[in-house]
Amino acid sequence: MLTLTINGQEHSFDGPPDMPLLWYLRDTLGYTGTKYGCGMALCGACTVHLEGTAVRACVTPVVAAANKHVTTIEGLSPDGSHPVQQAWMKLNVAQCGYCQAGQIMQASSLLKSNPHPSDADIDAAMSGNICRCGTYTRIRDAIKLAAGEESAA
Amino acid sequence: MSNDNLHICNESRRSFLLGFGAGSLLLAFGLPALARAAETPKKKYGGEANEHGLRDDPHLFVEIAPDGTVTVVCIRSEMGQGVRTSVALVVADELGADWSRVKVRQAPGDEVTYGDQDTDGSRSLRQSFAALRRAGAAARTMLEQAAAAQWGVPVSQVKAGIHEVVDTKSGRKLGFGELASKAAALPAPNPSTLALKSPTEFRYIGKGKTPLIDNHDIVTGRAPYGIDVRLDGMLYAVIARPPVYGDKLASFDGSAAEKMLGVVKVMTLESTPLPSGFQPLGGVAVIAQNSWTAIKAREQLKLNWSSGPNASYDSVAYHAQLDAANRKPGKLIRNDGNIDQALHGAAKRITADYYIPHLAHATMEPPCAVARFDDGKCEVWAPTQSPQDVRNELVKALGIPDANITVNVTLLGGGFGRKSKPDYVVEAALLSRAIGKPVKVLWTREDDIVNDYFHAVSAEHFEAALDGSGKVTGWLHRTVAPSISSTFKPGVDHEQAGELNQGIVDLPFAILNVRIENPAIDAHTRIGWFRSVYNIPHAYGIQSFVAELAHAAGRDHRDFLLELIGPDRQFDPNTLLPFTNYGEDPALFPIDTKRLKRVIETVTTAADWDRKRPKGQGLGLAAHRSFVSYTAAVIEVATSPDGKLSIPRVDIAIDCGPQVNPERVRSQLEGAVIMGLGLALHGEISFKNGRAEQSNFNDFLVLRMNEAPREIHVHMVGADDFSVPLSGVGEPGLPPIAPALTNAIFAATGERIRALPVRQQWVKAKHVA
Repeated sequence: MLTLTINGQEHSFDGPPDMPLLWYLRDTLGYTGTKYGCGMALCGACTVHLEGTAVRACVTPVVAAANKHVTTIEGLSPDGSHPVQQAWMKLNVAQCGYCQAGQIMQASSLLKSNPHPSDADIDAAMSGNICRCGTYTRIRDAIKLAAGEESAA
Repeated sequence: MSNDNLHICNESRRSFLLGFGAGSLLLAFGLPALARAAETPKKKYGGEANEHGLRDDPHLFVEIAPDGTVTVVCIRSEMGQGVRTSVALVVADELGADWSRVKVRQAPGDEVTYGDQDTDGSRSLRQSFAALRRAGAAARTMLEQAAAAQWGVPVSQVKAGIHEVVDTKSGRKLGFGELASKAAALPAPNPSTLALKSPTEFRYIGKGKTPLIDNHDIVTGRAPYGIDVRLDGMLYAVIARPPVYGDKLASFDGSAAEKMLGVVKVMTLESTPLPSGFQPLGGVAVIAQNSWTAIKAREQLKLNWSSGPNASYDSVAYHAQLDAANRKPGKLIRNDGNIDQALHGAAKRITADYYIPHLAHATMEPPCAVARFDDGKCEVWAPTQSPQDVRNELVKALGIPDANITVNVTLLGGGFGRKSKPDYVVEAALLSRAIGKPVKVLWTREDDIVNDYFHAVSAEHFEAALDGSGKVTGWLHRTVAPSISSTFKPGVDHEQAGELNQGIVDLPFAILNVRIENPAIDAHTRIGWFRSVYNIPHAYGIQSFVAELAHAAGRDHRDFLLELIGPDRQFDPNTLLPFTNYGEDPALFPIDTKRLKRVIETVTTAADWDRKRPKGQGLGLAAHRSFVSYTAAVIEVATSPDGKLSIPRVDIAIDCGPQVNPERVRSQLEGAVIMGLGLALHGEISFKNGRAEQSNFNDFLVLRMNEAPREIHVHMVGADDFSVPLSGVGEPGLPPIAPALTNAIFAATGERIRALPVRQQWVKAKHVA
């Protein structure tokens, strides 16, 4: 039995010790905003924040989050008001939208550590997140938009 | 937050999650239970030619609550093309609804009620636009009739404004919500009597200012995809399927898996005899308390497969077989003039062969479905492009009446044609019936890539005759690829009419001597539709070869291409097959050379085609007509002295007729550029010993941010001319991308890439990966 905090709420976990955080979030707790895409940290659809930093939930065992804080897309803001979410809506970034929770979690982690990323910084941070619909140019624009709003705030 | 008003209404999500039918008690409009909306008259072409035709009865598509909330029922599947937003804005515009009070509800899969729901072929709006407008206009008319009756004045005296009806004499008003129940009780007016709005009156159609209706749900992680469906007592399943198409389970030992904590059942699923069509491949299912346990337990299965007819399928050998097939005459498809004479008398004779391997769809949401079989009834929740095919296949697999089946359509995390095939939904239903509980079937990424319905591998062979002035006097094209029909019918060894009509028989060039042939080849895996389908290899071959001819003739590629297309004209091709024309009337959607030339002129002007590029940089051009739309792309590549290849900019122009939602047209084209570059640079599924050699994003590569062009410029042609019929958007952006890229590489480096993927050839040529 271990405990961890997810979106501000404490949870106890006594499932299989090797179970990745992804399946605990999705199947056990119903945080389905975090998506399965590859199971091998190749696509970024499952990106969540562990202690505020982006990690791939599909290869992060729950035990690695013991006594730590996890934030999922559902907990990024109470109402979609995070600047990254706002920028995503303003530019209509999404197509199918499936990868976008992971993209948003990755982008918000980037902006937290680097409030004004260059194009090269964006490439470096975002190239682990696949979008099969091909929204990369809008993702780049939205990150820049969010960066501007954050600096203005 | 105004977007709160726009997302999926809560009732629908709650009913979706709890598994109630899609109906809501709040509705004021709504079809009486026993009535069936009339089908619009059958026609030979367009939406009315589909099996279940079209409906335009407002009772099916418009719901108005007493508080004035308008809910538009969307019968097409949302997979990123923005159809939920676009359908709603068409109906809302004709109705006169205030967009901030519009919601969307997804219809269940039921074509007998709703008409054609199939979401493929780039035709949702192309074929439904008129019917949706009539539905909106009919609802508006009924609201006007209800207001006139309430006030006791003639209908001609009242007029619908924005979300209200006004008495033009007295100025009194009634809101849509106040009129809804009385209006809903009226019969729908005769569609031929409806007054449709003129395009100058449109407030949403064609404006591109409408935010995505699902934006808020998507960015907050609340948008419900198929993989997110959770039912009480639901179990989770993964299936070990035959790794080779046609292999069968000989024996297995599931004891180690069964012993694992959380495993509920290990059971076999029968294989469907070849060709398996839409039915499952069979195998061994592991059903568990959660996905992770199911995945881990499957690794413990000991499986013995007996080999079927495809056990030796090998892509290297097959490539040679395709090329060999193209060395000999094939089935004659089109024959203009005398190609033999033209080639014989040529001043210059050019020959080239092109190759595109199999591709996998790799939708970010892999195939998945939830089924609940109970008491002889089956309800499913699925990300599906074709809910009626789900119904049909469930009837076949379960042997229960159609009336006992409910199909709930979720959002799709990508479709691209994969989710037109409902095998994964049938799997969930069979497992739920076997275990007596709701079951979610998850395809892992490995399952998705290894057992996809693959895009056809293809070889394209060309021979052309140039005269002394560099003019093309003869064109021989042999195309050979396994047909999609081979997945459904035994013995199919030729591309079918609809496949050969994708850029081949409808060749738009002014060449006197044209001969097109299709040699035979057998399929050795499941072949399926992939976004833009056979247009991918056909456009790659044709548009590469034209660039090669231009080079051989010493001409500018753009000028050469425009001349090859020739004078302005509209025509049907001279084909020995039916001219299928994407199901559209050739009189309304002829091959129009003026439109094709116009997108080429637009895109080359925008990309500054004539400007000289420094050494190592180059522009490539390609144009193609598909899904009765016209696209042209110019791609800029840059190579560095150390052999690196990058793509700084892409321009793409589309003429898809008038645009309902230009913002989504733009995003579809941006997406097609990215996907097209990904498949051209990296896309390959290869087979060895019958098995796909790739299995996840480490070996089936797709485009990532660092390789994506920083700039994509989309240019709209004829976007607001509503005198022209709508044509396709979702697919036509893809075909010109691969040839524009390889043409750009040639322009930059002088190296001609005739086999995809590009990266493989690039590395073979001793450049940097």
